[in-house]
Amino acid sequence: MPFISNTPQQQEQMLTEIGLTMDELFGDIPTELRAKALNLPLGLSEQDVRNRLTELAEKNATNLTCFLGGGFYDHFIPAAVHSIISRSEFYTAYTPYQPELSQGTLQAIYEYQSMICRLTEMEVANASLYDGGTALYEAMMMALRITGRNKVIIDDSVNPIYRVMIKSYTQNLRIELGQTCCQDGLANREQLLEIIDDKTAAVILQNPNFFGCIDDFSDIADVVHSKSGLLIISCHPISLGILKTPGAMGADIATGEGQSLGIPLSFGGPYLGLMASRKQYVRKMPGRIVGETVDRYGRKAYVLTLQAREQHIRRDKATSNICSNEALCALTALVYLSLLGQEGLRETAQLCADKASYAYKRLTAIPGVEPHFRGKWFFNEFVLDLPSEAADVIAKLIEKGFAAGFPLSRYYDGMENSILICVTEKRTKQEIGMLAEALESVL
Amino acid sequence: MVVEGLLYTKSHEWVRVEADIATIGVTDYAQQMLGEIVFVELPAIGKEFAQQDELAIVESTKAASDVYSPVAGKVIEVNSELESKPDLINQDCYNAGWICRLKITDTNSVENLMDSRQYQEYVGGL
Repeated sequence: MPFISNTPQQQEQMLTEIGLTMDELFGDIPTELRAKALNLPLGLSEQDVRNRLTELAEKNATNLTCFLGGGFYDHFIPAAVHSIISRSEFYTAYTPYQPELSQGTLQAIYEYQSMICRLTEMEVANASLYDGGTALYEAMMMALRITGRNKVIIDDSVNPIYRVMIKSYTQNLRIELGQTCCQDGLANREQLLEIIDDKTAAVILQNPNFFGCIDDFSDIADVVHSKSGLLIISCHPISLGILKTPGAMGADIATGEGQSLGIPLSFGGPYLGLMASRKQYVRKMPGRIVGETVDRYGRKAYVLTLQAREQHIRRDKATSNICSNEALCALTALVYLSLLGQEGLRETAQLCADKASYAYKRLTAIPGVEPHFRGKWFFNEFVLDLPSEAADVIAKLIEKGFAAGFPLSRYYDGMENSILICVTEKRTKQEIGMLAEALESVL
Repeated sequence: MVVEGLLYTKSHEWVRVEADIATIGVTDYAQQMLGEIVFVELPAIGKEFAQQDELAIVESTKAASDVYSPVAGKVIEVNSELESKPDLINQDCYNAGWICRLKITDTNSVENLMDSRQYQEYVGGL
């Protein structure tokens, strides 16, 4: 049976009933925008499909030693994570649309929310959003709703992929987007002080920022709050094992990409959008929220709560058009964090920082390789200036088996020779040494 | 239950007009339809509203509904007790459950409201 199950006869009958031809029915859509003939090839047998897909999959470079970060990180994932989330009770369930029937799923989401609150030191978290970028966009929209203002300031050290997403989401909205340029790897206080005013709904910052540098935004939080605006901080969840949290800095909304929490790297996801906020703003928060309550016998039970904010009840006035969550990815993050525990997370974060420091020393010892930001604290990533174009060097290192880093010229003018290098707990001293040797040999 | 001496809207708000001040709330019919009210989003003091603008949001366990401004005016006072006790609207919608006071900026806007008898008839026909 074809996917569109009504027959040509039935279509004819329906058109006669409403007194239109097919062309008239779609008359509102300009002809050049209408679907052309799809001209698809004929179907293939299962074996042919497998062969074709295997052939395509083999084009992926899966055997490179990864020093590539930029918001998505190659962390070790314990085998137990996959084993637990693969249970069919979890694996087949989508975001709960008959929520209270799925007590296990709701309990898992509730525990996930609790962990995100503890991790960020914020008061409330939602059941997750699509990814770090959409979470940041939704946080921005939330700030606009809370303040009733329309100016947003975003620093250029926020992940450029997120900034592109925000620009694209907001291009038809009446939002004034201001941008500050980070100064020597840190948020530009001077510029921020100048442009934060009483029309500013929110300031958006990231820690560690896209260049890997660590900052403390507590002073900026005070300035934004003195103008009754909000501070939004996008964070890297693993770093929160050892770094000052968005909550401790005075953020009003914290977001982040949750991929590092047990989710494998893959182009296009699915990833995980983390979002947490202060309790006073919970009714302005997008997405689903699970709450704990008791049933009529006094037993602990879980419900989807504050649904009046959501699309199926509030229609066009809903907090967001997101009425779903990344349930399986949120579960993955929960299982990952549960397996690591508080100590494990701290150790993982410390290992990333220590190994990145070691790599920084090893690589900057190479003649002609210089740190881009001198004397700045960093977490698991840092920027180096090479004697030639970073993109060329990266291409040469792929030949030698390394995904050596991210060429910053892709998003930043004047950084043609700069490379962003990431080191997670998975990289060994030997691998770092081999990268250093390979880099030296191609310069 | 409808109270005499108040003015009413088709969207179930009531207004008590004293000189150029309008005290506003939602009617008994509205609170019954909404059920247990759990949250009220109050307007900001000083903000101006045209007639039928969205003035406040009343959220119950079933739905979140807009409260439309019955008159044109500027908010001079809100019932902040509703922040901790939103169910005052269920208990006493015409007195303790008032939502806000507006200084009327356009007296013509009062003209097209219903009196208690008209509203009673209107609700009876729903």
